[in-house]
Amino acid sequence: MPAKSRFLFPRWSNALLPFLIVAGATMPIYAAFIVAYGLSPKTLDLGYQPVQPVPYSHALHVGKLGLDCRYCHNTVERASFAAVPPTQTCMNCHTQIQRDSPKLEKVRSSYESGKSIEWVKVHKLPDYAYFDHSAHVNRGVGCVECHGRVDQMEVVYRFSPLAMGWCLECHRDPDSHLRPVSQITNLAWDQKVEMTPEERAALKSLYHISPSENCSTCHR
Amino acid sequence: MKIMSNSSSNSMRGFIDTDNTEQPVGTRVPLVLHMKSFGEVTHQVCRVAETKPPLAWYVAFAVSLSMLAFLGFCVTYLIFTGVGVWGLNNPVMWAYDITNFVFWVGIGHAGTLISAILFLFRQKWRTGINRFAEAMTIFAVICAGLFPGIHIGRVWLAYWLFPIPNSMDMWPQFRSPLLWDVFAVGTYFTVSLVFWYIGMIPDLATLRDRATGKFQQFAYGLASIGWRGSMRHWHRYEVAYLLLAALATPLVLSVHSVVSFDFAVSQLPGWHSTIFPPYFVAGAIFSGFAMVVSLAVPARQLFGLKDLITLRHLDNMNKIILVTGCMVGYAYSMEFFIAWYSGALYEKFAFINRAFGQYWWAYWIMVSCNVITPQLFWFKAIRISVPLMFVLSIFVNVGMWFERFVIIVTSLANDFLPSSWDQFVPTWVDIGTMVGAFGLFGTCFLLFCRYLPMIAIAEVKAVMPQANPHPHHDHAHDPHDPQGAGAAGVKR
Repeated sequence: MPAKSRFLFPRWSNALLPFLIVAGATMPIYAAFIVAYGLSPKTLDLGYQPVQPVPYSHALHVGKLGLDCRYCHNTVERASFAAVPPTQTCMNCHTQIQRDSPKLEKVRSSYESGKSIEWVKVHKLPDYAYFDHSAHVNRGVGCVECHGRVDQMEVVYRFSPLAMGWCLECHRDPDSHLRPVSQITNLAWDQKVEMTPEERAALKSLYHISPSENCSTCHR
Repeated sequence: MKIMSNSSSNSMRGFIDTDNTEQPVGTRVPLVLHMKSFGEVTHQVCRVAETKPPLAWYVAFAVSLSMLAFLGFCVTYLIFTGVGVWGLNNPVMWAYDITNFVFWVGIGHAGTLISAILFLFRQKWRTGINRFAEAMTIFAVICAGLFPGIHIGRVWLAYWLFPIPNSMDMWPQFRSPLLWDVFAVGTYFTVSLVFWYIGMIPDLATLRDRATGKFQQFAYGLASIGWRGSMRHWHRYEVAYLLLAALATPLVLSVHSVVSFDFAVSQLPGWHSTIFPPYFVAGAIFSGFAMVVSLAVPARQLFGLKDLITLRHLDNMNKIILVTGCMVGYAYSMEFFIAWYSGALYEKFAFINRAFGQYWWAYWIMVSCNVITPQLFWFKAIRISVPLMFVLSIFVNVGMWFERFVIIVTSLANDFLPSSWDQFVPTWVDIGTMVGAFGLFGTCFLLFCRYLPMIAIAEVKAVMPQANPHPHHDHAHDPHDPQGAGAAGVKR
């Protein structure tokens, strides 16, 4: 071979080999990490807990005082949307109780002016997903299944990922999520403790549960 | 002719045809003509990448690039507006898009057949054409891959074609051939690309060693990943090549079979047919070889490669076109026979409608191009006439495009329910996308011709008489004999 130069890999490029091997070997770990990150609660915004205009405590009202969910969210059995109560609902009691509490200042001024309190929505579904509260609540899916132990929350946060996969989880296996309608708002009641699997399966046929997995069930 | 080419000057070498199709009994006509040494072969192939291409290359490249730009425009317009810019309507939900997809996937099959099956069968003539047939395969699959990607409407969700874990718990339908297709075409592309690249490494190293520019040395050097031509390199190369050939062989049959399932698995008359897999594979090889001829004829002319891609190579390919053309013709007639023999009313209607309905012209273009045209290759004079085979191969390409159009559109346009029948009329975007895909293909192919070794230099050398130390008894030798023609070392 004449002294014509030709490009071969220089000797130092051998030092790159271990890095290439390590990079190749860690690819599966990297892929697993990416998937885990995509599905992680942080990415899905789990635990979203906005500051509300009034420091209303579900833990106090529901947990300690035993208010039923439906006292305030009164449309939940009849409509797709669980209503956020008007100020008047608060004032049913607070004209009598804690009348001068500074924490209720905004409630009182809203009551006087007639202007709504701007509560911040915690459980927000996208517009293209159709969800009906009444269809679930009247057929044995308790509040706690999706909203968690609201009776223990000082400030409400997002308990569930609200991702499509999470919806499907229940639609594919409704049995373990069903309870008698009488216990629907009883957040402390655990059907896995109180009921046998057979009883839950019986509920499924009692309420005619055959959850659909069609696209058009939720995307209408 | 022979005398003329022998006496002509060196510069004319490779630009004149020599008839090497006659093979007297007991002799072997060389597949490489007028080459006295291995070095001459190297020079003939490498000079294409080392010198300025002929004017025709620039013209063709400008045309291809303009068509590619128009493709970009059509696809952008489609993405920003929606699939409504195509002429699709309610019964005809697939038309030009899937026609083009199947057409381009089919084109690729010749490359795989040449590189894998002909390799395993020790067909030595494959060495002259395998490199650019494989390149053709890769570019054709790129063109094919474009269409499913853009026909889905919401292009930004194209990744839904793949089973990727996601928070929606949503997966492709694993029972659908459309998903099998994603895997089939994906595997096909990967294996073809690896095969093509591995086969090219020794030749890239040759280009590197001959390169004079610093950049060329570096680029070819990087691409040839440190190839030095040592005996160990050649040994591993040969083993890898053989293994890849074995891996690629089932793909020749599987890919277009799976593509045919897209139709055959559905219930539509005209699609729902068990003959589809073999019929599609034969058609794919048919169209693929026609495309190889369409590309080889101008390429060998322009770059002076007539001593390497000889008339014998072209003659062989035309014979394959004839054989597969007969298979395709048989499949067409068998479809009609079954439509009658099955007694299925809708099936019968679908085929009568295909030949005499609203798209009768498309059907008869298909039959003329695919059944009648290849029959001319029974005549040797036509098989070795370069201008005629070029024209006929174009006819076959046209016919095979129409075959897919006929299968897809006529079956959809007149299905079970007469009240929903409709006609498909292509829009300018349909036609622009189809033409543009040819621009994409042409651009890739012309760049390949310009910058990469168009012919497998190392492999061609192995079929030259000089590579065989015992030329007079070569049939008595075991090809695996380390002293014989199979030894890798003699290639360089």
